[in-house]
Amino acid sequence: MDATSNFAPVLEVRGLTKRFGGLTAVKNLSLELRAGEIFGLIGPNGSGKSTAMKSIMGIERPTTGDVVFQGENIAGLPAHKIARKGFGMVFQHSRPLNRQTVLENIMVALLPDSLLMLFADKALTERAEWIAERVGLAAVMHRKPPTLPFADLRRMELAKAIARDPKVVLVDEPFAGLTLAEVGIFSELISSFRDEGRAVLLVDHNVKSVAALVDRVLAMYLGEEICTGRADEVMRNETVRRVYLGGAIETSARPETSFADKVPLLQVENVSVFYGKAQALDNVSIHVHQGEFVSVVGLNGAGKTTLFNAISGFLPYTGEIVRGGESLRGVSPAKIARHGLVQCPESRELFGEMSVRENLDLGGHHLSDEARPKQIEWLFELFPILRERQGQMAQTLSGGEQQMLAIGRALMMQPKILILDEPTLGLAPVILEQLSKALEKLRQTSDITVLLGEQNVTFALPHADRVYVLEHARIVWEGDPGRFAAEAGEGYL
Amino acid sequence: MSLFKTRLFWIALGIVVIASTLPLYVSGYILGLLTVAYYFGVFAMSWDLLFGFAGEVNFGPTFLIGVGAYTAGIINHEYGLSVYLCIFIGAMASVIAGFVLALPALRVRGPYFGLTTLVAVLMLQNFIVVFADLTGGEIGLTIPDVITINASANYWIALGFMSISAAVLYGLSQSPLGLVLQASGQDPVQAGALGFNIVKHKLFAFIVSAFFSGLAGAMLVFYFGTASVGTVVDVAVGVQVIVAAVLGGRRTVLGAALGAIFLIVAGEFLRPTGELATFIVSAVALLVVLFFPGGFLGAAMSREARS
Repeated sequence: MDATSNFAPVLEVRGLTKRFGGLTAVKNLSLELRAGEIFGLIGPNGSGKSTAMKSIMGIERPTTGDVVFQGENIAGLPAHKIARKGFGMVFQHSRPLNRQTVLENIMVALLPDSLLMLFADKALTERAEWIAERVGLAAVMHRKPPTLPFADLRRMELAKAIARDPKVVLVDEPFAGLTLAEVGIFSELISSFRDEGRAVLLVDHNVKSVAALVDRVLAMYLGEEICTGRADEVMRNETVRRVYLGGAIETSARPETSFADKVPLLQVENVSVFYGKAQALDNVSIHVHQGEFVSVVGLNGAGKTTLFNAISGFLPYTGEIVRGGESLRGVSPAKIARHGLVQCPESRELFGEMSVRENLDLGGHHLSDEARPKQIEWLFELFPILRERQGQMAQTLSGGEQQMLAIGRALMMQPKILILDEPTLGLAPVILEQLSKALEKLRQTSDITVLLGEQNVTFALPHADRVYVLEHARIVWEGDPGRFAAEAGEGYL
Repeated sequence: MSLFKTRLFWIALGIVVIASTLPLYVSGYILGLLTVAYYFGVFAMSWDLLFGFAGEVNFGPTFLIGVGAYTAGIINHEYGLSVYLCIFIGAMASVIAGFVLALPALRVRGPYFGLTTLVAVLMLQNFIVVFADLTGGEIGLTIPDVITINASANYWIALGFMSISAAVLYGLSQSPLGLVLQASGQDPVQAGALGFNIVKHKLFAFIVSAFFSGLAGAMLVFYFGTASVGTVVDVAVGVQVIVAAVLGGRRTVLGAALGAIFLIVAGEFLRPTGELATFIVSAVALLVVLFFPGGFLGAAMSREARS
């Protein structure tokens, strides 16, 4: 290894555990971070990496474990004290002071935590100007944030994080929402932090996106470490490959020509969506046939949820979304859902204080009194556990049962097209198997059309007839699942 | 920005100078109206420091105002201390009450802070009614002393007090401390990660707000010569303060004073319309909040920022 490994670690995390109620988000995590090193903390959505970072920074209070910074255990201190010890954090989402200039925003980061600071001195302004130049904001430092492009706002976040010359810099998803060219510039900026002797901790979804930047990587899954090492070692690791790609994936695709409809049931054509300045979807086109099971595979932040929300009518978009020959533009989300295009959202959105039965009854509200019990009976056969849990409050269910209830409630609407957004989020493998079986049954016993969004390929591929890969707001691959591992799998680690 | 700052300063100074000449040519009735409006202006500016900068909605501005007003009034009534000493003690009582309220309230997040402050008002109101021997109860407390009976002098005191309060509160909001406060209000997690103790800063804002509210409340009762629940404690009074601040423009401080003066003066001019007056003023306030959520000064400032 290189020379940096000779130094004693700046930051040592030992046995870090964070529980939220019954859920263990981070389990016994240990890592060492040296000065002049970029360390990647990698894991799929829901793996606990962000919670781990927040626990180190003191935004979340660790349940147990030590966070040792330069020989001192700082676990349990509030964020502002940890920050003053020499930590800076780059947030993925932030709300800058929009009435102040970029320079003033950076200056805030330089101020002492004192109630006596009534006048800013000149040295402070000069330092802020220097930092603005350092991150490439020199030309715009007297402008206000709302007038800046997205990449410059991200630069400002970098500037704030390094303003007080921290020894440890934590970066949450450094490249989210950036174009490829901007990714290059930000990579250079972050490696320059390393060259200045800072220890940098990056959190991201996959190894590939940060492989060129990081010295070492720790891969996480379900709150636990899978393996630690150089990026290429981690990418070769069997367990990591299984988590991201699954083992030998069995597929059972039906060829596209077997679907009888000439014009696909759902057509999404050249759809683009912007959130303010960040582009979330870039000219995306997909189509789904009657009775087909299509998976949209992509990492968190790729644009899956945005795509589904555009289809469900929640977001303004450019382009066309056509269902059964009729444009969905201008149709209200409620009407879209009532006409049989039903989304089961990533966040589940259950009525937590209502019983399982009440949640299901609400889903089947529009059914006739004869049809409703039949539909519920059919549903209980699909998810037998829901029958037992009927009287229980939804929020007391386990994560897996909640997901089944969310799908069940959507199915109570008797959808023609069911959109499932990341049903596997944060669920243990044994639950995934149950869900998987239910989906298989659904596919074989009904003529329902399913559009599934997943980052878990193992889950998404077995049932799929066709797969789209969404990356950085674009569709980058389309094909049958059998070819996925060979053609698109590598880019997915 | 710096050009605007100076321009704003000259505009404000011009308005204060013109306002200070009013006693030379307007009636005592209008002077009396404006005197009350100026004290309301201080209430609203103090409130904006909390809402606009610290990002906390205080539904109980009249808790702070009422504590200051009643403490000053009761001490004067019971012990006959000098007016100025009573006003000072009133302001201090408000600071202490604000501290005692905010310390636990700031630990709870979101709407619960607002609810806590609302409950505080109701408790104060109840206390005043129950301990009628001390407080005068629902009839109100008669206060033996006044600052002065000269209408012009009262007007100038109120104007001077509002101007100084405005300068202090506005200066504070534009200082580095104000920036930190604003950052804490907008994104508390990030402000914490930048090394700022959010609770400390918000508590400070609450105390400053309490000081000016209490001071203004105490001065107002020595102008009225009475303290009553209906004028300084009632939730409706608090709502008026909040509407004034939002109407004038969130995060502007000075706008809050304009909003308060507008509300009081407009309410008075519409008095011939009887019960309708409140309705018309409320409707205007509602329209401004719905269509110009930046308020009077907020709208002007964003136009300035665009050009």
